[in-house]
Amino acid sequence: MADLHQLAQMFRELDDQLVSCMRCGMCQAVCPVFAQTGRETDVTRGKLALLDGLAREMLTDAAGVNDKLNRCLLCGTCQANCPSGVKIMDIFLKARAIMTGYFGLSRTKKAIFRGMLANPRLFNALTGMGATFQGLFTKKVDDMLGSSCARFNAPLVADRHFNTLAATPLHKLVQELNTPAGASGIKVGFFTGCVIDKIFPQVGQAALKVLEQKGVGVFLPAQQACCGIPALSSGDGQTFDKLVAMNVQWFTANEFDYLLTSCATCTSTIKELWPRMFKGDPALAAAIKELADKTMDISQFLVDVLGVKEAPAAGCGKVTYHDPCHLKNGLGITAQPRTLIKAAGCVYTEMREAGACCGCGGSFNVAHYDLSKKIGSRKAENIMDSGADTLATSCPACMLHITDMLSHKKAGIKVKHVIELYADSMKNQG
Amino acid sequence: MNTAILKEFAAIVGNENVMASETDRHAYSYDAAVLDSVMPALVVRPENSEALGKTVKLCNDHGLPLTVRGAGTNLSGGTIPHPGGVVVLTNGLNRILEINAEDMYAVVEPGVVTARFAGEVAAHGLFYPPDPGSQAVSTLGGNVAENAGGLRGLKYGVTKDYVMGVDFWDVGGNLIKTGSRTVKCVSGYNLAGLMVASEGTLGVFDRIILKIIPPPKASRSMMATFASMQAASETVAAIIAAKIVPATLEIMDNFTIRTVENFRHAGLPKDAAAMLLIEVDGHPAQVAEEAELVERICKEHGASELKVARDAAERDAVWQARRDALPALAKLRPTCVLEDATVPRSKIPAMIKALDDISKKFQLTIGTFGHAGDGNLHPTILTDRRNEQEWQRVEKAVDEIFNRALELGGTLSGEHGIGLAKAKYMVLETNRGTLDYCRRMKSVLDPKGILNPGKIIG
Repeated sequence: MADLHQLAQMFRELDDQLVSCMRCGMCQAVCPVFAQTGRETDVTRGKLALLDGLAREMLTDAAGVNDKLNRCLLCGTCQANCPSGVKIMDIFLKARAIMTGYFGLSRTKKAIFRGMLANPRLFNALTGMGATFQGLFTKKVDDMLGSSCARFNAPLVADRHFNTLAATPLHKLVQELNTPAGASGIKVGFFTGCVIDKIFPQVGQAALKVLEQKGVGVFLPAQQACCGIPALSSGDGQTFDKLVAMNVQWFTANEFDYLLTSCATCTSTIKELWPRMFKGDPALAAAIKELADKTMDISQFLVDVLGVKEAPAAGCGKVTYHDPCHLKNGLGITAQPRTLIKAAGCVYTEMREAGACCGCGGSFNVAHYDLSKKIGSRKAENIMDSGADTLATSCPACMLHITDMLSHKKAGIKVKHVIELYADSMKNQG
Repeated sequence: MNTAILKEFAAIVGNENVMASETDRHAYSYDAAVLDSVMPALVVRPENSEALGKTVKLCNDHGLPLTVRGAGTNLSGGTIPHPGGVVVLTNGLNRILEINAEDMYAVVEPGVVTARFAGEVAAHGLFYPPDPGSQAVSTLGGNVAENAGGLRGLKYGVTKDYVMGVDFWDVGGNLIKTGSRTVKCVSGYNLAGLMVASEGTLGVFDRIILKIIPPPKASRSMMATFASMQAASETVAAIIAAKIVPATLEIMDNFTIRTVENFRHAGLPKDAAAMLLIEVDGHPAQVAEEAELVERICKEHGASELKVARDAAERDAVWQARRDALPALAKLRPTCVLEDATVPRSKIPAMIKALDDISKKFQLTIGTFGHAGDGNLHPTILTDRRNEQEWQRVEKAVDEIFNRALELGGTLSGEHGIGLAKAKYMVLETNRGTLDYCRRMKSVLDPKGILNPGKIIG
């Protein structure tokens, strides 16, 4: 019990943040997990009460609390709608770090985060090999969506319809870039992000092409590491710190005006979590803050900085947009991606609940696939009901999960990143 | 709880709907009231009417205290369980069984969320007016059990005015049928009326028949500020005296105005002593006439600023200020004690004055807003429960708020319920004989005292 007492004391450090929850229960209206299960332990109020219970030593089942804590997408919808402004994401990430310190990191996660993510070269080499041999184990299910499923019974893969690793990742297609500012007079850094690099390199290519055509100089360092969110959300602050430090070193090697990403999750991690959650070398704090302040989503940059405007429809089809939680809830970016779709000459149609989470949630999808699928299924139905022939979004993780959901439903709807639509329209214009 | 009893519950509601782990029980040990939590022994979630009835009977057979819980948004501790008791969740009973546009009624299960119901009713071209602040999550069963109010009380009444019938389970597991689908019904005791505001102490709701009405065709909103609370209150009285019954007539004090303005920066006058937010609705011609008259009355009573919403966006801005009141106040300090002492409309200036005195006497921050039209104020004490000395002053201040409201001919609770929090004050508003009468009635209907013990009558 001495250990449990120690754990309680660590949670008591969250007391000032925990106490601001007035238990009003309004988070029940917006939590995607609660909408499926109706259980108090699945909604934020319940989770905060459990952490409070541990802190006050009213509870003894720390493992039980940890299980409930992990049944969360970290989508941030509750925080965006919380009447008393509780800093929920901070609490949850800190709580996960405390729990990981207490229970230790699972062997699998240790291998993935500390063995692979923290060694970008090895990560690239392993995924490169994977790309070569994946055909042996997977088969195509939907050519239009590019989704595959497992050839053999594979418990981890279950019945997912997934996008396979790209034959050539972005870091092989474009090894590094350092072009001067062109007509725009602006130079940007480009943070690719793992999912775009390894699964959707075409998204990165589209972004780079648009920047080139707009006369924007690009700095793309030869090496990049993961933004750190998978490690942080599993409570592995050590790996997170290491990844942030590597990225800061590589990205501060050159001057640029903005740091752009086409991944909603990377954008919000760099902007919101790097400055707040980094516990490594204090000498890096100023550089981290500067990078965070410079960070922008690609559509936000094109619309707000370069002034890209809506254009008349030019036959790119009917498009609907899914708001990634990491752009909408924390950063409030909802208008710019929609403007970019219209700028691409597409006919835009809004779906029901466009701002509702798709259910992916990173490792949530791995640990709680059934729930993830239920939440995603509702998203897929809303997409299908919109009558669009293309679903556009701004986050490659959402693209993965929505592809899985639409592929299962044989919806016949394409999944694209907004920047792909915009880049295609530039091609059409010649 | 012993495994034999767990198995009996599982046989009724299914294994997946029996929750006995420490984490699950802790998560149902509280509601939105600022009170100590109490862990139940078990939580069950029946998914149909029959399972609900059997659950009630099983609790009674074993003498297990039973607390029904919808969304757990109760502000008086009505959904805090009894030690060793069973929490019965209603969110598995969430079907809208019928919306009858011809006869203008609806039949619902108790776990239907208020806002979802109001939305469905609106989709049928009709209107369900009660709109408690928690409507986005609160359940209709909870609304009936607490007699929930909202912003439209003055003109449209509160939940009790829409309850046509309640079918409920008694402790023996018998289904008791009350009320009807007709406007008129005098068959027997008005048991449906008895169920309203009974807070789960007399029966467990199975289904509810609710009245729905045609929606108003037009509405107009406005915002008026005043240099004194007195002037604002006199304006309220003058509007009513002119035979106008606004759908909504809300008031905010200076502290709340300043807090909302610091929160939203919408341009509210921070020096105003009071602000009225008014909406008239009905036939377009009537709305135009009444809005003009209300405007004139406001000016005659010295409104320093008057803004009439000309379109939907401006109307939304008016009500955003009111919606912001609680969140803005809640963000100031860790603990927010939201009261709902209610006085006759004409006594609002006296009550506001009393709240001012109480805030000074106990050195506490109190923001007050509320439903001026029906005298239901929400004095909101901003504090930190962890500060023991301050908390003692809060408890004394709350006692005094109730005393003053009762002295002014008011009531302990306009819409939040008595629950655990106000049970000890009941004798002050009523008398010993009244409480004895209630207790005798309960002891016959619930001989083992399993139905939400400790609530209302102690």
